[in-house]
Amino acid sequence: MSLDYENDSALHKELITQVLSHYPNKAAKRRQKHLSVASDGEEVGEEGQAISECDVKSNIKSIPGVMTIRGCAYAGSKGVVWGPVKDMVHVSHGPVGCGQYSWSQRRNYYVGTTGVDTFVTMQFTSDFQEKDIVFGGDKKLEKIIDEIEELFPLSKGLTIQSECPIGLIGDDIEAVSRKKAKEYEKTIVPVRCEGFRGVSQSLGHHIANDAIRDWVFGNAEVEFETGAYDVNVVGDYNIGGDAWASRILLEEMGLRVVGNWSGDATLAEVERAPKAKLNLIHCYRSMNYICRHMEEKYGIPWMEYNFFGPSQIEASLRKIAKHFGPAIEERAERVIAKYQRLVDDVVDKYWPRLQGKRVMLYVGGLRPRHVVTAYEDLGMQIVGTGYEFAHNDDYQRTGHYVKKGTLIYDDATSYELDKFIERIRPDLVGSGIKEKYPVQKMGIPFRQMHSWDYSGPYHGYDGFAIFARDMDLAINNPVWDLYDAPWKKVTAPASAVAAE
Amino acid sequence: MAGLRQIAFYGKGGIGKSTTSQNTLAALVDLGQKILIVGCDPKADSTRLILNSKAQDTVLHLAAKEGSVEDLEVEDVLKVGYRGIKCVESGGPEPGVGCAGRGVITSINFLEENGAYDDVDYVSYDVLGDVVCGGFAMPIRENKAQEIYIVMSGEMMALYAANNIAKGILKYAHSGGVRLGGLICNERQTDRELDLAEALAAKLNSKLIHFVPRDNIVQHAELRKMTVIQYAPESKQAAEYRALAEKIHANSGQGTIPTPITMEELEDMLLDFGIMKTDEQMLAELQAKEAAVAAAQ
Repeated sequence: MSLDYENDSALHKELITQVLSHYPNKAAKRRQKHLSVASDGEEVGEEGQAISECDVKSNIKSIPGVMTIRGCAYAGSKGVVWGPVKDMVHVSHGPVGCGQYSWSQRRNYYVGTTGVDTFVTMQFTSDFQEKDIVFGGDKKLEKIIDEIEELFPLSKGLTIQSECPIGLIGDDIEAVSRKKAKEYEKTIVPVRCEGFRGVSQSLGHHIANDAIRDWVFGNAEVEFETGAYDVNVVGDYNIGGDAWASRILLEEMGLRVVGNWSGDATLAEVERAPKAKLNLIHCYRSMNYICRHMEEKYGIPWMEYNFFGPSQIEASLRKIAKHFGPAIEERAERVIAKYQRLVDDVVDKYWPRLQGKRVMLYVGGLRPRHVVTAYEDLGMQIVGTGYEFAHNDDYQRTGHYVKKGTLIYDDATSYELDKFIERIRPDLVGSGIKEKYPVQKMGIPFRQMHSWDYSGPYHGYDGFAIFARDMDLAINNPVWDLYDAPWKKVTAPASAVAAE
Repeated sequence: MAGLRQIAFYGKGGIGKSTTSQNTLAALVDLGQKILIVGCDPKADSTRLILNSKAQDTVLHLAAKEGSVEDLEVEDVLKVGYRGIKCVESGGPEPGVGCAGRGVITSINFLEENGAYDDVDYVSYDVLGDVVCGGFAMPIRENKAQEIYIVMSGEMMALYAANNIAKGILKYAHSGGVRLGGLICNERQTDRELDLAEALAAKLNSKLIHFVPRDNIVQHAELRKMTVIQYAPESKQAAEYRALAEKIHANSGQGTIPTPITMEELEDMLLDFGIMKTDEQMLAELQAKEAAVAAAQ
């Protein structure tokens, strides 16, 4: 169900030139490398479809003063990778702000009794004061660990998420972790994700992955009865229930999901991961590191998949099934057939309402490409897309998704984004909370594509139905017809105008 | 507060900053000046000779005990020593943990905000060895010390440190108006020490304020937790410190913007003074030595 269309390359190239012309020479020269228009690539995809090229520079330092919307390494570790592990307590180690302002932002759903055996929506911080900076915070950290152990005895372990000052004053959180882990016989993971490290949250993902490798794997002998169809789902953070909508499909086709990282995850799921037969990776950007490690060390193959929209779900289910042989392949076909009716109903209902609507995306490190086909499954077109913190390999993968002429922007500045949206005037923008209100004030419908705008799930077939409904709600909301002030309408009586 | 003079003593670790500064300030109080000493070293030994004991209650340790500096009163940390000299020790963490630099910033801000600088003529900062980070540069920064006195000697590393400190002063000279008051040479009895100190001072666009000769009486006094001024007021060494105090007192507004030199220039200077030998000289010496050995055999 691949939609055939092409975007206006000439317009988009002109837009880039225009935006750059307002920068000082040096900034223009640097930013130029991050903006491009998808072109015809020489490569051809597996199914013979054209692959475009989105060649931009990425994963380098943002230019000061341009209002990047990137996060920091702490955000990548605590917010993304570790935060959703539900039966561990994650301590934001440092001054109170980092933990407080990132509290429960990602909407990682989980099952459990919060405050008893699960802790995802709670905020733990060492609340550094001046004296902790001057005299060091190691003793305070020990005390916090003692208190947490006493208050929450059912917690399975702890992670120490370093905020900037920890790296500056040189606290030895590793020594504290080792000491307390021994004392309580629990897993305690120090994570050196100080915010000043790296250029974006991306390094935080990597550091968090490395912490799993160094502080969880091989810690204890894991007793676990393995099966031939055990898989780990890696890089699904269960935002609005995404992982649950995905898991049922995998289980219906006969696989056993022995670990879901890290949405709704337990420490046990992380520990036993090296015993699975296959790693299925959804968010490639944030968790590819640990998958590569498991491949090298434990010989577990990994496979990227995409559960946004029926076209990608179908393709992914078949690809995954192929790995396990005919029996699973046959069951996968049955799963696809089972949901075909649902897909048809959704598409029949929303296609007429959404067909031809043009969308611009600006999200993190995966969705700017992963959701493209989901929109196209509803007859919508992607005119521009970009990542906050993607690397080169993400842009290579993006070529498989976007059409020729698509505007590509890496680590866009707020100025660039505003101007692009203003000139293109798409029918929908999908980005984050900081972009939401400026875009709506321009009179353009908007959906948050980090948090699903307090909705979801968007993964799987169930998610697709909700996704379609949400996009329709945003775009066809009657409020957009009321946007112009009544006195500015041409139908306004002449006397009213004269009276002003 | 119009007449408040703020000065600071810097220099290589172990050069005798604390000893020199306390002796000088003890002499200065005899000139009728009201003085506050702010010790900016985690070891908290900058006021020992004035108080005749080691300060126990430092700003930071008390603050940590009470919760934060906001919970402190100036009276809690201000101790009065020899002839009414007020003393405060910033204190700081034990070696190897935390951030002593932040501690200096915290203490100085606390003292300023709480009126510790009211009703004194002089505030003197005594800062640990090297300006290792922004925190220890605090006294050089805006609205703090107007003149910096660098304590040095004829030793290579002391000269090197002095030059580095001059770099730090230069950095803040334009934004905050800090000046280099001069060099104080604390005699180590190295070769041509006075000449060298004067030469370095000239290179740095400064002057040698005073050459303090070495005298064992300083150690005698120190063992008794006293300044020479207090222990042996009539001694020759006490007179030296009085001379230094008078020169500093008269040096108000005479500070200069330093012109630090490069490492190469510094080495050239040492070569000129024959303290450091060139490669050729060393080679020649080695050959002579070998020849002598060969001749002896």
